[in-house]
Parts: sequence; C-alpha cells; structure tokens
Amino acid sequence: MTITEDAPAGHVGSRRLRKEDPALLTGEAKFIDDLALTGAIWVGVVRSTEAHADIVGIDGSAALAIDGVNEVLSGDDLAPLWGEGALPCAWPVTPDMKNPTHLPVARGTAKYVGDAVAVVLADSRYAAADGAAAVVVDYEPLPAVVEIEDAVADGAPLVHPDLESNECYTWGLWGDNAAAVDAAFADAAHVVSERYLQQRLIPAPMEPRGCAAVPSPAGGELTLYSATQIPHILKVMTAVVLGIPENKLRVVAPSVGGGFGCKLNVYAEEILCSALAMQRGAPVRWTEGRSEGATSTIQGRGQVQHIELAADAGGKVQAVRVKLLADMGAYLQLVTPGVPLLGGFLYHGCYDIGLYLFECTAVFTNRTPTDAYRGAGRPEATYAIERAMDSLAVSVGVSPEEIRARNFIGADAFPYTSSAGLVFDSGDYQAVLDKAVALAGLESRRADQARRVAGGSSKRIGIGFSSYVEMCGLAPSRVLASLDYGAGGWEAATVRISPTCKVQVVTGSTPHGQGHETCWSMIVADKLGVDPDDVEVLHSDTAVSPTGLDTYGSRSLAVGGTAVYMATDKVIDKARAIAAHQLEASEEDLEFSGGTFRVRGTPEAEVPLAGVAFAAFTAHDLPDGMEPNLEAHVTYDPPNFTFPNGTHIAVVEVDTDTGNVDLIDYVAVDDCGVQINPLIVEGQVHGGILQGAAQALYEDAVYNSDGQLVSTNLADYLVPSAAEAPRFRLDSHATPSPTNPMGVKGVGEAGTIAAAPAVINAVVDALRDLGVTDVDMPASPQTVWKAIADAQGGAS
Amino acid sequence: MIPAAFDYEVAESADHAIALLAQHGDDAKLLAGGHSLIPMMRYRLATPSVLVDVGRLDGLRYIRTGNGTVSIGALTRHSELEHSAELAEACPMLASVAALVGDPAVRHRGTLGGTLAHADPASDLPAAVLALGGTIVAQGPGGSREVAAGDFFTGYFESVLADDEMITEVRVPAGTGGWNYQKFNRRAQDWAIVGVAVAGGGSGVSLVNMGSTPVRASGVEAAVAGGASAAEAAAVAADGLEPPEDLNADAEYRSHLARVLTERALNAAGVA
Repeated sequence: MTITEDAPAGHVGSRRLRKEDPALLTGEAKFIDDLALTGAIWVGVVRSTEAHADIVGIDGSAALAIDGVNEVLSGDDLAPLWGEGALPCAWPVTPDMKNPTHLPVARGTAKYVGDAVAVVLADSRYAAADGAAAVVVDYEPLPAVVEIEDAVADGAPLVHPDLESNECYTWGLWGDNAAAVDAAFADAAHVVSERYLQQRLIPAPMEPRGCAAVPSPAGGELTLYSATQIPHILKVMTAVVLGIPENKLRVVAPSVGGGFGCKLNVYAEEILCSALAMQRGAPVRWTEGRSEGATSTIQGRGQVQHIELAADAGGKVQAVRVKLLADMGAYLQLVTPGVPLLGGFLYHGCYDIGLYLFECTAVFTNRTPTDAYRGAGRPEATYAIERAMDSLAVSVGVSPEEIRARNFIGADAFPYTSSAGLVFDSGDYQAVLDKAVALAGLESRRADQARRVAGGSSKRIGIGFSSYVEMCGLAPSRVLASLDYGAGGWEAATVRISPTCKVQVVTGSTPHGQGHETCWSMIVADKLGVDPDDVEVLHSDTAVSPTGLDTYGSRSLAVGGTAVYMATDKVIDKARAIAAHQLEASEEDLEFSGGTFRVRGTPEAEVPLAGVAFAAFTAHDLPDGMEPNLEAHVTYDPPNFTFPNGTHIAVVEVDTDTGNVDLIDYVAVDDCGVQINPLIVEGQVHGGILQGAAQALYEDAVYNSDGQLVSTNLADYLVPSAAEAPRFRLDSHATPSPTNPMGVKGVGEAGTIAAAPAVINAVVDALRDLGVTDVDMPASPQTVWKAIADAQGGAS
Repeated sequence: MIPAAFDYEVAESADHAIALLAQHGDDAKLLAGGHSLIPMMRYRLATPSVLVDVGRLDGLRYIRTGNGTVSIGALTRHSELEHSAELAEACPMLASVAALVGDPAVRHRGTLGGTLAHADPASDLPAAVLALGGTIVAQGPGGSREVAAGDFFTGYFESVLADDEMITEVRVPAGTGGWNYQKFNRRAQDWAIVGVAVAGGGSGVSLVNMGSTPVRASGVEAAVAGGASAAEAAAVAADGLEPPEDLNADAEYRSHLARVLTERALNAAGVA
C-alpha cells in the first residue's frame, strides 16, 4: 500500500513497529506448553472414534501397563467432579431453545467423533499420549446424522433422543412484513432465488489449545492457565460450573498464538483440568495435538442458505428473504446458537432494502460443535447477499458494480436505520467502490477477459466484487440483553502514571496476536505527550486485570481502546487539577499539550506532567480533599455497534483444462474508521483476506457418510501459506464512526467477511460464458473442472 | 501427534547402518531427512521400534559427473540438487524437480536416497529418476547391487530394497535431451495431485500419483517413438491405470489431469 496521507502529527496514524514482536520473534514469549510445572499430572483424552455410539465398555488395562500411566478414568468415574455441572452455553437465543446436557467427558453415549469418552492421567505428555492410544473402548454404533439437511428429514435418527427432535431452535426477524414481502416478490421484475452452502471450517491457529490448572492446596486457590481469548469469561464460567468461589480463582492467558474465535470458549479440558487439580492438589495439564484439535476444538460455519431477492425492472431490490439451516454440531458450546444471529441482521448487505425477512433453524448433527470463527455469521451473510447480487446483475443485464451502485445505502443516509433494525453509524459505500474500481484497473482487466473469450483461450479471467458492511465493536449491553446473550458488552481500562512519569495501562481486552500493546501505547502516548515505549500494557491475567470482557468480534479497539482513551482523559483531568493547584491558576485557564500544562497567555507558567505525577505521588501539597496518585478506571459500554465496510475485487485466472484457479490480483478498499496503526490494519486485512480466500478455494472439513472427519491434518485440510497469497493491493476510505471519540470501527474480521464472495464471484465470472452459474466452496480444481463439464454437458 | 516410543541409533558409516539393520530386523527403519518418516510416526502410521540415523553420513553427499553419467550420493539433500551448478549442467531436469519438492525446510532436510527408499508414488523425484532411466545402488551385508529404477518400485511405499539394505548412490544419464516436469497441486508445499516427467524428448515418460508406484507411461513413450503428436500420445497417458482417489481427485479427474499434463510436458520437451 502506498501511504499518501501527510505524516500524522502524533503516533496515532503512524506505521509504528509492534512492540510485541521482539519477544515473539526471538522465542522469549511464553506459550501454554512452555510452562514449567513440577510434578504436573498430564492428561491424555481418549476420544470417540464413532460419530454416534453407546459406550459399552472401557478397558484401560493395556494403558495402565505402560510405564508412567497411572489412571484411566471414564465419564462415570469423573462425574462426581462436576456433578450436574455441564459445559456452558451463554446464548439461549430463544426461550424454547433445546440445550442438551454437555458433560466434559461423555457418559453412556458418544455423540461425535472426537467426543471425550475417557481420560488417562500420566507422568508425562508422552506417557499420556501412549496411554490414550492404548485404551480400548467398546462401542455399540448408533445411526448418525451427518449432513445438515438430513437432520431435519423425516425419520432422521435423533442426536439427542431425550430432546425428541434435531431442531435446536428457530429464530427470525419477520415483524409484520410477511404480506408486504410476498407482494414485493409477486410484483418483482426480477427474482433471484439461490441456495448456497457454507462448508465447515477448522480454525487452525498456529498454537493449538492447551491448559494447566495449578492449585494452592493450603489456601484453596486455583490458577488456570489457558490458551484462551477470554480469561475473564472463563473465570466466571469455571467458578459457576465447578462451584469454585471466584475469589479463589485466577485465570491467566499467557502468550496466545491466535484464536480466530476457536479460543472464545469454555472447553471440557479446562473444566476437567481445574476439577482434577482441585481434587488431587497437584497441577494438571493438557496440550492439544494438531489432529486431535481438528475434532476437539470447535469448527466454524456449517450452513445451508436460501436467499431470495425481489427487484424492480431497474434492479433496485425491494425485498430480501432468507432461510438458513445452521449446523450446531452435537452440543452447544459457549455462543454456538448465537453465531447465525450475528449475520441475521446483515443479509441485506450494504444495500437499502426496505423489506427484510430472516429465519434460521438450527439443527443438531453428530459432528463436532460449531461456534464463532473469524467473522462469525457475517461472512455467511455477506457471501449470500454478494453472490445473489451478482446473479441479479446478470438477470438485469448490468455490471456487478452497477447493480451495487443502484442499491447502495447513500452517503447522506447516515445514521441509517436498516430494515433489520440496526442503526448504521457512517459510510460512503459508493466512494469506496469507486476507489476499488480505479485501483483494480477494471477496464484493462475486462478487455483482457474479452480477448481471451474471443480467442477461445483455456485461461479465463474472472473479476469478482464483494461489497460488505459488518457489525462489530460488540456491543451495547442492552442490545445483547434483547438478543438473550448471557453477558454485557462493555470493556474496562485503568491508566496509572507512576512517580517517574511512566504509564501503566491495564486493559480488559485480551490480545492473542492483534497488537494491543502497541496500539494502546500509541493512543495513550499521544494523549499524555509521552513516548509509547514509556507505556506498559498489562492484560490477560485476572489478578492484574480483574475486570474485562476479552477479545472477539472485532471489539477491542472500538470498545476496549475507547475505555483506555477515556481512562486517559480521566487521569488528565485529575492531573489538571493538581497542575492548577501548583500553578495557582484555575483549571479552565490551563491547556495541556506535549505533556505540559500551561496557563493560557502566560507561557512561562507551566508544569510538565512528570512534575504533576511526582507531586501526586508524594502527596505533600495536593488540593484539599484530593486522593494521592494519578490513576483512573473506566468501564465503557458502547452506545451502538460500529459498522466497518468496504469493497473488495478479486481477479482470478481459471485454467479450464484443469479447473485450477489462480488468484492473480486482489484489491481491497476498507473503511474501518480512523486507523491507529495502518501497519497493523494492513496485517489484519492481509490475513483476513487469505482466511476468506481459504474458504473459497482451499479449506473444507470433510466428513464421510459415517460422520468420520476425513481432513484431520494439515496435509488434507488445506490452510494456504504465503505462497498461495495473492498480490494484495489495499487502500482505505475512512468515515470516522460517530459512536466513539476516536472514530474507530474495527478491522479484525473485515478481510475474512469480504473475501470469499469476491473470489467465488470471480470464478463464476470467469466461467459464465461456459454456462457455469455457481461453484461450491471450496472451488478446488476438481470442483471447478466438474462444474465446467456439467455446464458444457447441459448445453450440448 | 506424539509418536510411539522408539530406540535411536546413530550410524557411523554405511556398513555400520547395514549392520544395525541386520541386527534389529524389520522393526528398524533408516532415518535420513525424516520429512516423510517422522510425520508418519507422529500420526502413528509408522511405528518402527528402532531408528537408524544415517543423516550424518556426509561421505554420501556428493554429485559427480563423468563418462556420461551423473552419480549422486544417497544422502544428498534436495536443496543441494536444486542449487548444484554441476547438476544444472549435466541433468537440469533433476535439479528442477528437486526445487519443486515440498517447501524450503523439507528440501534442506530431505535426501534423494530417502525419497526413493520411501517409495511414495506421490513424490516427485522417484518419477523423475524413473523417466531418466536411472539406476539405484543398494548396499547390503553381501555388498552392493544395481537396480534399474524401472525395477525398483513394487507398491505403495514398497520397493525391492531388503530390510538390511540401504541406498548409497543414484545414477542418471547426463545430457538427457528435451525434458519437462509438470507438477499439479493446490498449494506450493503439497504433493502432486498428478505429475508428469518427460525426459529424452519423450523417450522416457513417467507419472506421479497415478498408481501404487511411480508409473512408466510406456504407451505414451511408444506413441512418441512411433511419430505421434503430443496430443495423440498424451491421449493414452492414463490407459490401463488405476489411479488413487482422495479428497483432491477421483480417478476420472486424475486420469484427465494425466492426459492434460502429459501433453503439456511433451510440448515443453519439444514434442510437437
């Protein structure tokens, strides 16, 4: 990206290198498996090899014969540890939602491949692995439900017979629109009706999961270390599930190597290790293996989508109607049921569509539970509307950019109340698209495309658009209440200035790769007039940062960063009162810039922040009644979500002889509001785009008809590498959000939300003259080749 | 992802390695670069009770040319093949194929002898040696023998190598005429879904991942020898084969790819 803006006045807006990276790059950073714990009990988990089966017997004798293996425990043996306590689901989206009891280790019946059925306790990780492999489980297989649509078919086997149905819930946004929507479809000049599949995805962060529970038997305290995104939420949930008093519990997330949502959860192993550690009075730990994690960690996506558009003769969409089937898997994890809802408000995309109907039926299957995965509901929504808009463009006979232009929410419409009931903060969607079109060099690309078609080339060019808007900055607590989410959406921050004028920021946000320490330092440094390296940022340990709601849903900057910003203001207010006292002036006459308080009009009357900080520390001469020290705490509950948006354009070359798709160019123009550090923004966008393109072209959690996951390792589950990354060409078009004082929106998920439909639209665009109208994800060479063959066969 | 327990022995020489193999029987495996064997052990698909590490036998790391033959020590790394000026001159196809194996980490550890002994039909270099008409030198307790590459591979991960033999050298003819290697995969680091090696202007053609071993496409070779065009010759590339099926490709698609890639390889090798 070329930076054309003027150099920023302060640190905010500059491409400052991340202060996190030296420790990460030199191996100094400590991850969960680096913890040295003397005398720890290692847990090996025996996992079901059957998708659905009664557990008839568990024979641990061969495991117990292995040196270092000490115990083999079944779900029945372990049940007293948690009694009726089950793994929590915090989002009961409807009053009648079905939520099966989810024990950390199954009793009686295994419900999916990977379900924990027994546990081995051993002296080492190696002995635990050998032991787990040696346990013999006798299964009586039961009929399994594998595919989403099979779950709701007549006579389908039941995942949970006691629930009497595989339907978990049906949730919708239908208001009193039904008749008006029907009328719009009846009157429509163009109707688009599409069915799309969102395959299951395996999150695959660099660091698998792991946890270690360390008790202090004398005092009854427990410290739970976990590779988690949510130490604060994990602490509350562990206390609730196991009955450990919260004041005796501390949760620490050490350096965490990525999460993408899969570490936004409360997992069986965390509860298991905590309960065992309390019972045994010894550290208990578990580290996930890569293939183990393919089925023991939540998976993402998993939807069958039906979307219909009704448009007038000019292609202006009057109504959108969406029906989803969403795969919960065998159990509900922390926010499993809520994921489709996060997209449920956004199936009209960035278009002004007056009539909106959305309905989601969630189903149980005998597969690993699903849950939040980067974008969580919003990539699915964006995929459906952006693919459907391209179909509408074909039907109307206009270009993809023209159909979007005819339907965009206008720049003058903000704040814009959507037909789904949200209030969009700011944006200029047309300007963003125009910028992307110019950057992509669309005219010459289209000329090349036409030349190749005319020449009968086997290397076709496709150009795919994706214009998106997403909701992030989760979230106003009262809105979450209206969605039956079990917690709030605020974030906390404390800012302290030490006697020597160094700054300590305590944040409730929980970084796992994003760069919070750098960004929070830049924000605070600019406000206080100090060097960013003089700011330390503390996080991810509930003993240090007791109040917080953690990092997910692109919320950190818009909510946690705003809390830091406001706490800094609060500290400055206190410092101003002390400075006024020192300068014998009134507070109103003081200005603060560059780290110095000055009396307006009397330049020589000034005191640096360092002088104020030391005075606050000694407390020798403070205003009457003022508490010593410079410290302030803020808990910020945002008044609204933020709504990042953008247009991405993917260019592919498809080899029609082999079906191979090359992503040869990728343009992204994003409006994530004001950028604190464009270098970090670019990193988020790059990674996000590749993760979205991965869904489009590479990644697929493939199950066979028996419910066995086939793609269990990184040779079969194709996470793309740098070698597969396209040339990224990025630009931005910021419309500051009026929702928060910095005007920030968030960018952690934008690339992932935008990329998959851009890439698939490009693939379809490349093959349209061959009769191809859709290609399932991932568009593997074989899938593309067969789509061409099918279209050609149909044409002849 | 944790292998079953195993013992580990370091071989001081080829003779020592062979003695250790003889001592431990068929539960022992040679460890060279380890980039195929170790992952299989971590998945517990391979559970050798003893590993005999030959990775330090630097005397078997060499590339020598003479008398129209290139002789390569079995422990020569893929990266050494990739970057050897001598090999680029004498047998550019082998250098070029080596550069396509896995990723840089794999190429810096993986060895030519190791990949041949592993006998994975999806690997690149075995097919290249086959198309080149190479010879594999295997040493056992009774001395050395030479095996033509065409006689070496017997099935999935199986070869004529006895339990107490190790590959010490690989020989290919120098100056191999028109050649090309087509590797089709989804990610740069992956095995070929299908690969095609053409040497000697179409006189040697072999296929990757089209059967239980690297496959000599003798029908294609015969067609080229009989004056067929590249398209005509390629049309028979998959005839009589039973290609494997996996997540990337079923048999029909693999056969199609074999024909498409064979035509491309023949064209690039100078067959019109």
